Amino acid sequence: MRIGVFVCRCGTNIAGTVDTEAVARQALSYPDVVYATDYMYTCSEPGQKEIQAAIKTHGLQGIVVAACSPRMHEATFRRAVEKAGLNRYMFEQANIREHCSWVSNDKKANTIKAADTVRMAVEKLRVNEPLFSSRVPINKRVLVIGGGVAGIQAALDCADGGLDVVMVERESTIGGKMAKLDKTFPTIDCSSCILGPKMVDVAQNEKIKLYAYSEIEAVSGYIGNFTVQIRKKATYVDWNLCTGCGVCTEKCPSKKSYDKFNEGLATTTAINIPFPQAIPKKAVIDPKACLYLTKGKCRLCEKVCQVKAIRFDMKDEIITEEVGAIITATGYDLFDASVYGEYGGGRYPDVISAMQYERILSAAGPTGGHIRRPSDGKEPKDIVFISCVGSRDPSVCRPYCSAVCCMYIAKQATMTRDHLPDCNCYVSYMDIRAPGKNYDEFVRRAQEEYGVQYFRGRVGKVYPKGDKLIVQGADTMLGAQIEIEADLVVLATGIESAVGAEELAEKLRISYDQYGFFMESHPKLRPVETNTAGVFLAGVCQGPKDIPASVGQGSAAASKVQMLFSRDTIETDPQVAMVNELMCVGCGKCIDVCPFGAIQWKTLRDGSRKAQVLESVCQGCGLCNATCPPKAIQLRHCKDDQVLAAVNALYA
Amino acid sequence: MKKYLMENLQQNSTEEQKIRIIGFLCNWCSYGGADTAGVCRFKQPTDLRIIRIPCTGRMDPMFAIKALINGADGVLVSGCHPNDCHYSVGNFYARRRMEALKRFLPFVGIDTQRFHYTWVSASEGQVWQQVVTEFTEKIHQLGPNPGFHINPDIQQPLSLAL
Ligand SMILES: Cc1cc2nc3c(=O)[nH]c(=O)nc-3n(C[C@H](O)[C@H](O)[C@H](O)COP(=O)(O)OP(=O)(O)OC[C@H]3O[C@@H](n4cnc5c(N)ncnc54)[C@H](O)[C@@H]3O)c2cc1C
Ligand code: SF4
Ligand code: SF4
Repeated sequence: MRIGVFVCRCGTNIAGTVDTEAVARQALSYPDVVYATDYMYTCSEPGQKEIQAAIKTHGLQGIVVAACSPRMHEATFRRAVEKAGLNRYMFEQANIREHCSWVSNDKKANTIKAADTVRMAVEKLRVNEPLFSSRVPINKRVLVIGGGVAGIQAALDCADGGLDVVMVERESTIGGKMAKLDKTFPTIDCSSCILGPKMVDVAQNEKIKLYAYSEIEAVSGYIGNFTVQIRKKATYVDWNLCTGCGVCTEKCPSKKSYDKFNEGLATTTAINIPFPQAIPKKAVIDPKACLYLTKGKCRLCEKVCQVKAIRFDMKDEIITEEVGAIITATGYDLFDASVYGEYGGGRYPDVISAMQYERILSAAGPTGGHIRRPSDGKEPKDIVFISCVGSRDPSVCRPYCSAVCCMYIAKQATMTRDHLPDCNCYVSYMDIRAPGKNYDEFVRRAQEEYGVQYFRGRVGKVYPKGDKLIVQGADTMLGAQIEIEADLVVLATGIESAVGAEELAEKLRISYDQYGFFMESHPKLRPVETNTAGVFLAGVCQGPKDIPASVGQGSAAASKVQMLFSRDTIETDPQVAMVNELMCVGCGKCIDVCPFGAIQWKTLRDGSRKAQVLESVCQGCGLCNATCPPKAIQLRHCKDDQVLAAVNALYA
Repeated sequence: MKKYLMENLQQNSTEEQKIRIIGFLCNWCSYGGADTAGVCRFKQPTDLRIIRIPCTGRMDPMFAIKALINGADGVLVSGCHPNDCHYSVGNFYARRRMEALKRFLPFVGIDTQRFHYTWVSASEGQVWQQVVTEFTEKIHQLGPNPGFHINPDIQQPLSLAL
């Protein structure tokens, strides 16, 4: 084989701490290497041209590029060598940046390490063989998980582009957190006026099939051809019949259920429609609160329902859907304020979360939009907002910024001053984070026009005194202790990953960070892709962000799906397992371990049983390869001899 | 033009500098974690050479044994945390195999301390830095691989098995 080696300088990123010239010179002494050079930016257009020219002039049959991580540019270089007529698998990338030049300043040691790494790549390349992919058809349907604003945007964009969409939402209505908000920063426009029509569009769009009150049970398959099992949870109401008239909810005698939509500020009935604009507007019975389902007596709703929709014997149902791509938009949940005992969240009725305050401000909320405090329904005269409750605090494992609290506090305080001009609003903040279009101006307006009083510092303690709450803290700018007698304290509880995010990620085989937010494939360049082909992200499930950013990601994910579906077939990855039938002893161990059911039996003419890999199902994990006793099954491009070639390169 | 060739570089190295540790990292988590460490410029010792495998489930114990027999001073295997495997269960199989391997190594005369396996996710750059630093320190304490002095009784069957 005639091998060419290109050692990238990557500006000074590599050349600063690796002698790339020496590495290239050293490479010339490796077997089969007939050409080696170092180059400034190998991934650039001229860099790729240089490789292609060298392939032609020197008759190269294999290329090693020593540069950044293959997770960064392997695809780029494979394409480049392919254009020059080589098979894309006759290429190896040696990582001498992330794993070498960037992690040590010892130039000599780095240079030796880089040369070793190149040698390993050369030895591997020497036993590589060309691989060819085949094509499989794409199922042009998309699954959207989560019906918050991000998921809604993604679903509508896909449907408008002509795709069939399956949307799965675990609550009985779509809308997510935005449906609970009253107004939205920085324009103070009415949340339900902008979200409501979009929710209706989802319901009316023939391309969108909505499974509300449902969750993902299992996911199998691969890009272009996923099979998804959806658990439709028992609602005890036949939604085909239910008209959402709400008579049942008026008559239900069990009135003490926790009202999730109103963040527990009110109670609700056992049979319930969360809010008047719910989509779908259908009733659901909470089996834990229903008198009939718990105590065996009542059935009042059954009597009053005009359309006879009540079904007490309903069971969960599992439905299978086939899709070609998946967008996850499962949003977030909120930090539990009671973790900070000193603020009295969860203990004092007038210490509430910002989301609860959002419900109090809402005209459709439990107080009809009149600002009243929960304990005695009185109008507050002094309100203290405390920021960063469960954000930017490593002591509660929440070192990150929730990204929206500074802004919604400014919004809530502004609106409070609007509703109740005599009410004093105080904001305790750590830093004000308002980096968006018109955001800083918005916070300034709250301070300057609306007279919201900001003080920088930490609140140490909140405790009741009479019917007041004493808020004690420090103003670190004035260097003074402060004490405010407040009627209401609003805690800006931080954003957390959605309950169940980890389990969902495991089903989708995507990664998540230590806080449960899903990991994008690249933090800058692939922000809505995951490392699992065909699975995309949108909204807060990826990390805290506001509505504009969530909507932006929803559209971005949708356009990625459109791009994927603009072709009719997809190239399969040829890096799959392959059985040498002469060696296979028919033990079936590979069939047992394969997580994807990609191996099946095949009977030869002589009656013997051999393993056979279904190439389009195999994901290329190599589990079978490591398991097979006679090593009859080998993972292409990562076969035993290929791995050992790299190992031996170091020690031979 | 610089006048030295790598051979000279390596000749000038002390025994200590010739330590070679080989790392088998799964593509999805630990390789990404090592990349993250690089992107964040978390400084590490330079003795590690990394081989990328799709999953720790691909990790054949034979790779580690061959490396150690042939003179590797240490072998490090790292993959996704349990339950985070990109292929859902690959790392569970890996864990069982790596445990078995650890128990097997003394039988062929290899110090178990020269082998280590762990879990590092793609976001855990700092954890990766720590893993590399600690393992490298340990190998430096143990010194270079003394070479493989195998009991002649098992030499024959072993060479067949490998
Ligand atoms: C108090 C407060 C005020 C705010 N005010 C503003 C504001 O004024 N302006 C602004 O821009 N932003 C504001 N935000 C931020 C805003 O709420 C978010 O940016 C936005 O709601 C994110 O939308 P999303 O679709 O990503 O997530 P979500 O709204 O959380 O939607 C996620 C959806 O997925 C569903 N789901 C979750 N898990 C699953 C699962 N496993 N299976 C199926 N479905 C699932 C959920 O039920 C939910 O319907 C505020 C946030 C808070 C806390
Ligand atoms: S490599 Fe083997 S175990 Fe893994 S998916 Fe393919 S056939 Fe199954
Ligand atoms: S494990 Fe190996 S020998 Fe056994 S059936 Fe599978 S391929 Fe054949």
